[in-house]
Amino acid sequence: MKKAAQRIYYGKALTELASRNDIVVLDADLGWSTRTSDFAKVAKERFIQIGIAEQNMIGVAAGLAAAGKTVFASTFAVFATGRCWEQIRQAVAYPKLNVKIVATHCGISVGGDGASHQALEDIAIMRALPNMTVISPADANEAYAATMAIADHEGPCYMRMGRADFPIITPENVKFEIGKATVMREGKDVTLIGTGQMVTSCLEAADALGEKGISAEVINVSTIKPLDAEAIITSVSKTKCAVTAEEHSIIGGLGSAVAECLADRRPTPLERVGVNDTFGESGEPNELMKKYGLTTDDVVNAAENVIKRKKVRK
Amino acid sequence: MGSPNGLDANGLKRMANRIRMHVIEMTSEAGSGHPGGSMSSAELFAVLYFNVMRHDPKDPDWPERDKFVLSKGHVAPGLYAALAEAGYFPVDELLTLRKMGSRLQGHPAKGKLPGIEVSTGSLGQGLSMSCGLALAAKLDKKDTRIFCLVGDGELQEGQNWEALMLAAHYKLNNLTVFVDRNRLQIMGCTEETLSIDPLAAKLKAFGLKVISTDGHNVKKIMAACRKVSLTAPTAIILNTVKGKGVSFMENNIDFHGRSCKPDEKEKAMRELGGAQ
Repeated sequence: MKKAAQRIYYGKALTELASRNDIVVLDADLGWSTRTSDFAKVAKERFIQIGIAEQNMIGVAAGLAAAGKTVFASTFAVFATGRCWEQIRQAVAYPKLNVKIVATHCGISVGGDGASHQALEDIAIMRALPNMTVISPADANEAYAATMAIADHEGPCYMRMGRADFPIITPENVKFEIGKATVMREGKDVTLIGTGQMVTSCLEAADALGEKGISAEVINVSTIKPLDAEAIITSVSKTKCAVTAEEHSIIGGLGSAVAECLADRRPTPLERVGVNDTFGESGEPNELMKKYGLTTDDVVNAAENVIKRKKVRK
Repeated sequence: MGSPNGLDANGLKRMANRIRMHVIEMTSEAGSGHPGGSMSSAELFAVLYFNVMRHDPKDPDWPERDKFVLSKGHVAPGLYAALAEAGYFPVDELLTLRKMGSRLQGHPAKGKLPGIEVSTGSLGQGLSMSCGLALAAKLDKKDTRIFCLVGDGELQEGQNWEALMLAAHYKLNNLTVFVDRNRLQIMGCTEETLSIDPLAAKLKAFGLKVISTDGHNVKKIMAACRKVSLTAPTAIILNTVKGKGVSFMENNIDFHGRSCKPDEKEKAMRELGGAQ
């Protein structure tokens, strides 16, 4: 399967957006990693190096946006959301400014850098902010399309991407509509709801379940907020059970968002695959995904467990 | 200069006094708020909105306007009083401060009230936002100026120093930072709580031109505004007295975050020359 890093495609998208004079890109000394450096090559005057100062970066972004600019501010996900959460709340989300916080290095697959650099709580803390849109693309193609979509969206956005190369599972010209989930595969026995690279694991799990005679539906939730509740309710109305899968803590992320939606609208047995309320550590991405329960097998096991919990409706 | 309601020194002094009276009445009516710091900055509000700043209260979004950021957002009553007197909204509305449904939120909120450029209230952030506004003006090749007021206690927030570093690095000569050096914060004297001095030396070391002056002398504030650097951001330290203008409020930390009771209000208004 072809693989690519989402951040490379983010850099490509920014480069194309550079023709728009309202676009300004801010970096906190990680531009080569986040690929905002690509934008700097084509629009140097609108690339502003803030230095290692994330709190200031968000304030500067807010000021630029208040003056009419569309601002992209990028760094690693831990620092982009955690270091300056209250700045995002006060300066960006409250006045609903046009700031796009685009972070790389989310999840445990960051690898060797260890727990300090593995963002496992970013969805939770961004999702809690009013006015904030939260995006988590499944692959590089979607990261490109999502970058274009948030550039046209009026208001604050947070987008998370990984560090490593992720399998390409969407078409090259994939359409991205904020707030729309995508049914990647239809099925009738269980709904597998994934985000980020875990959508790939859901597709692989659906293959493995198929071999056991279980028909799994796979949904890619690339907008976590606003959640596409209709897509989820429609699917579980058919399958009567669901599994969520995310490279994030099971507290506050996709699993929580789906649990809230189901509890509110259609109580349904649910299993959540994610990091189980713990920090990560250094290691190879594959080793870490295995140790922290984020493999295709983990999704398969969760699916089999949740199917057992289904109530038979007469 | 460009202020629509240009006032001379005597007019500005009277305006500062009117702002103080509004602050007393607004916070008393609300039963809460921050009169002390609002009163230490009264002369600055008067000078900016009635002499120095280029702005148009009838067209708050005028693209060529200068912009003011109140980083010490808790002294919103003082800013609101100046905005109302300048004509951004009716003076009568001042008494709705902090009340349900009012456009006059406890701390300034962008989008709710004309004349508010950014949302502040959480300390230490306005200077970063001001840098963003100043950078945008440079990108747009506008000659507009950005004025930011920070509290002295507020400088204990580290983000200010990140912003100052950036302002100097990008030579934001369109940015003027006022420090309300009233030397008091909630728990007491700034120098006992967490030392800020030597403030001028610190600001200078960060690459700003530093001017220190009497923050209650309108002529001196205007003179300082004329002396800003053409090549670097400028910091103007305004030496002030918290609660200035009312004997029992001056240098009294009690009035950082509480309003006058009815008898205190009457006494304060009398000292300020009574209701006009």
